[in-house]
Amino acid sequence: MSRVAVIGVGQSTFVRSYPGSIRELAFEAYSEAMKDANIQNSDVDATVMCSAPEYDKQRSPAGVVAEYLGLNPQPTFYVETLCSSSSTGLKLAYSLVASGLHDCVMVLGFQIMSQLTSNESQERMGRGADIQWESTFGTMMPAYYALHAQAHFARYGTKPEDLANIRVKSATYGVLNDRAVYRKPVAHEDFLDPQKMGGPVASPLRVGDCCANADGSSCIIVANEEKAKRFCKKPVWILGVGAASASVNMVGRESLSGLAVGIEAGKQAYKMAGITPKHIDVAEVHDCFTIAEMMAIENLGFAEAGGGPELVRAKETYKEGSIPVNIDGGLLSKGHPIGATGGSQVRTIVRQLRDEADNIQVKDPMFGLVHNIGGVGLYGSVTIFGRE
Amino acid sequence: MAKDKDVRFSKFGTVSFTGVTQVNDFIDYLEQGKIMGTVCKDCGQKFFPPRAQCYKSLSSNMDWFEVTGKGKLVSFSTLRYGPTGFTDELPYTIALVDYGDYKVFGRIDPAVSNPDDSLKVGMEMAAKPAKTSNGQLTYVFQPA
Ligand SMILES: [Zn+2]
Repeated sequence: MSRVAVIGVGQSTFVRSYPGSIRELAFEAYSEAMKDANIQNSDVDATVMCSAPEYDKQRSPAGVVAEYLGLNPQPTFYVETLCSSSSTGLKLAYSLVASGLHDCVMVLGFQIMSQLTSNESQERMGRGADIQWESTFGTMMPAYYALHAQAHFARYGTKPEDLANIRVKSATYGVLNDRAVYRKPVAHEDFLDPQKMGGPVASPLRVGDCCANADGSSCIIVANEEKAKRFCKKPVWILGVGAASASVNMVGRESLSGLAVGIEAGKQAYKMAGITPKHIDVAEVHDCFTIAEMMAIENLGFAEAGGGPELVRAKETYKEGSIPVNIDGGLLSKGHPIGATGGSQVRTIVRQLRDEADNIQVKDPMFGLVHNIGGVGLYGSVTIFGRE
Repeated sequence: MAKDKDVRFSKFGTVSFTGVTQVNDFIDYLEQGKIMGTVCKDCGQKFFPPRAQCYKSLSSNMDWFEVTGKGKLVSFSTLRYGPTGFTDELPYTIALVDYGDYKVFGRIDPAVSNPDDSLKVGMEMAAKPAKTSNGQLTYVFQPA
């Protein structure tokens, strides 16, 4: 199998409401990644399009976007695993290149959520769960993650303040990210104000524990070793790809204090890369909710189970800490345009490993990790990257 | 024109997203006051929610069993914000209850006051058939 590298990354600014269509939004990430890779459309052998359906009216969007970007007649594939769609797309692209079928493949993630009201989009997301036996009780994403938070609280004595620490950290970096939706600092006191971060959503989660819906796009271009070395001065190698699934319905879950898919996908990725959690220098983890980042920290082995709150309290997940996590502001600051999210996480890690991360650059990183979850621990994807 | 579809399942839940399933008898049992799961006659695997087929035995050889007794509260959350179609019922509390051989997902009885204070993870709960605010069929959990 050929080694596979990332040779170009791009993302749009994530916004509450994009004044345009999905094809126009996709162009923004595409054009940045193409300039970054410095290649032509004729160098791209196939595209993988990633989004979650039903947020806009377009059916089978892969064809529309490929045409608009001038990527005919290359084959295009549409991939969906809810919030982890573009990480799953990256795994498909990796496989297409590693198998030798294609030399260079583009992964495009995009989502426009602003055409729906917030309640409507919660209804769509709720239907990403089991519509026969769960959605019918009025479930929604924050409520499912709230069940996990409650279970983590009960098992490990975790407190709302421990979750607030994660939001305060994210906001510290969100301020610095000009592609993020939420760019204001957040203080612990804001969680005491029901008009601000303290507003109840689904107990024990509050407004400040939840990320915002967003419109956005991301684009990642991968190539085999020969093309990567020809096109790119600083290829970032994909060293490990892990992916897993779990029961949709909560009744099939062994435990709610962690996500089994995060643990399983992480194990696979570490094994394939031949490294351990200690080797990771910088990580992007799926923080659609503060509790999601807490579980990810533990599930990926940066802390033991129940040890997340202490690691966060000690500021080890800040830029200067032992394991910087989501120092681009995470989804809590950037916003979470479902299909585009994974590609944005990958872009952050690739820029870190190229030493191009500007004001959030960690010192001399060798290995970076991206952890991206679809649904409430329904799909899990962990990808490990390394520089030459 | 085909025969009328069996859409009994559309009676389940405040908002029903699906009416047709091979476990539609669940609805008749619920109307009789029974919450039922299925058990595979070949391998003994219990399923809640009920399934019509067993992936272990590759068969549809199923019996019904009744969800009775007490389970342990695995987790719960009170929603102050809800999806389209459910906002009139806010606030409401969802919960997961572990019966040992299977778990049951549903809502806490709205008669339980201050659920966030009165409920504790690990406490014993029992499920009973109920009606939603709009008269649909459902079941709720109460402290046992
Ligand atoms: Zn069986």
